[in-house]
Amino acid sequence: MQRAVTRTLLAPSVISLLLWMIVPLAMTIYFSTIRYNLLYPGEHNFTGLLNYEFFVTDPGFWPAVNNTLILLGSVLAITVVLGVALSALIDQPFFGRGAVRVLLISPFFVMPTVSALIWKNMMMNPVYGVFAWISQTLGMEPMDWLADVPLFSIIIMVSWQWLPFAILVFVTALQSQDTEQKEAARMDGAASWHIFRYLTIPHLARPVAVVIMIETIFLLVVFAEIYVSTGGGPGYDSTNLAYLIYSQALLQFDVGIASAGGLFAVVLANIVAFFLIRAIGKNLTV
Amino acid sequence: MNLKQKNKVRTWIVGVSAWGIALLLFFPILWMFLTSFKTELQAISTPPTLVFEPTLENFSLVQERSDYLKHAINSIVTSFGATILALLIAIPGAYAMAFYPGKRTKDLLLWMLSTKMLPAVGVLVPIYILYRDYGLLDTRLGLIIIFTMMNLPIVVWMLFSYFKDIPREILEACRMDGASPMGEVVKIVMPLAWGGIASTGLLSIVLCWNEAFWSLNLTAADAGTLTAMIASYSSPEGLFWAKLSAASTLACAPIVAFGWLCQKQLVQGLTFGAVK
Repeated sequence: MQRAVTRTLLAPSVISLLLWMIVPLAMTIYFSTIRYNLLYPGEHNFTGLLNYEFFVTDPGFWPAVNNTLILLGSVLAITVVLGVALSALIDQPFFGRGAVRVLLISPFFVMPTVSALIWKNMMMNPVYGVFAWISQTLGMEPMDWLADVPLFSIIIMVSWQWLPFAILVFVTALQSQDTEQKEAARMDGAASWHIFRYLTIPHLARPVAVVIMIETIFLLVVFAEIYVSTGGGPGYDSTNLAYLIYSQALLQFDVGIASAGGLFAVVLANIVAFFLIRAIGKNLTV
Repeated sequence: MNLKQKNKVRTWIVGVSAWGIALLLFFPILWMFLTSFKTELQAISTPPTLVFEPTLENFSLVQERSDYLKHAINSIVTSFGATILALLIAIPGAYAMAFYPGKRTKDLLLWMLSTKMLPAVGVLVPIYILYRDYGLLDTRLGLIIIFTMMNLPIVVWMLFSYFKDIPREILEACRMDGASPMGEVVKIVMPLAWGGIASTGLLSIVLCWNEAFWSLNLTAADAGTLTAMIASYSSPEGLFWAKLSAASTLACAPIVAFGWLCQKQLVQGLTFGAVK
């Protein structure tokens, strides 16, 4: 009896997720094997693996794979390192801690389209932007961020959005750190740096893993920032896989090639996910 | 210097650097907020105008030009709709897994999380075509369905981790008194896990509100959310910074304020309760 009840309770979530996963995935697989362009309706010949070949030999493919991984790696590194440093800083007592915390976490709640527009226009604009003004004040030539270092600009924007998330998680974790242990270490004459190195850092191992996992899920598919600020350019300099597939599907209307690309993105995400989920699964107690 | 003075100096150094960094990171938001009260001329002047007479003109122009209220209502309806729907689907499932775990519960949980790894771009084409064929393109219902599925794995996980913290004894006592499973959920589990359900809901609302990929690709004039409205300002003719700032401020303010109020619950939510 109980088993039947459990199944009934689980059914809505399992069935809906199953449909959400299988139906579009099956369609993607099917589309990826036919010639299908929305601009030429009626032509649906089976083409085998031709779409995959087109996608992989697209001039944008390797830059997109590279950019996706560089973006993921840099933002993870920046947010984890700065996140640990800043949360250790604001974990100490000082005036106005609450206010500082509120200021620090705010960027996380700003929607990606807005953040991209602010950075693009008001910060990085080569003529009127704040950065340009700072460079001029310092007597340097202002640079055109989005044109000269497009991927780096995107990395700055995305890190700015995700650093607060890391801080939020690490600060919460630090609050649960054993203060008695820290006191005892201090009594024994341990330097602050040693306490940080041998007590705080190990304490943060689990939260760091959680931050890496959650950020990876979102960073592999960064889209809005690129869509709004650089449009993937110049050339393919700031195109990631998500943006490349988007441009195949909805700018060139090539459903077949976009589907092949989509499957590639799914496979890549699952390779990353495989390691992540195994790591979490180990720690998961049911 | 004695120890007390040393501590005082230390507190000052920590305080000043923390405030400095916080203001630096907050600066883009502050700048957006200030610019929204400037005239267009002041907005692009170099050196930047710091002292100016604030005007509210931009805000009324945003409403006129891009119908802020309609987009805001779309954002509210879709984020709250999807959140409620996801909670309704997830609560029974999370309850069953937390209180009647089987051999495969762990696999089931990991499988659910793995669907979150399915990149949206990977399924954009079929969803777009399905939505086109069934008339769901540019409808709020269509967006609610997507948002619900997008957040469901996270919602299930979070609820599961909260439900697991409820002491079993309470439930057993209740069962002895002859409560049905549904009665158990409504009378015992929901009240006890209320905080957890609330933080799950809050996080889901934030994620839906800021979601950009699906709203940009599946909506147009009718169901466009605030994210989509802002993107329309990225076109060349929309390059008016004061208006852009006003629109951005209006689009972000509700959710940023919301985030400030619920920061603690949001952390627990985002980390599946793994970090407390």
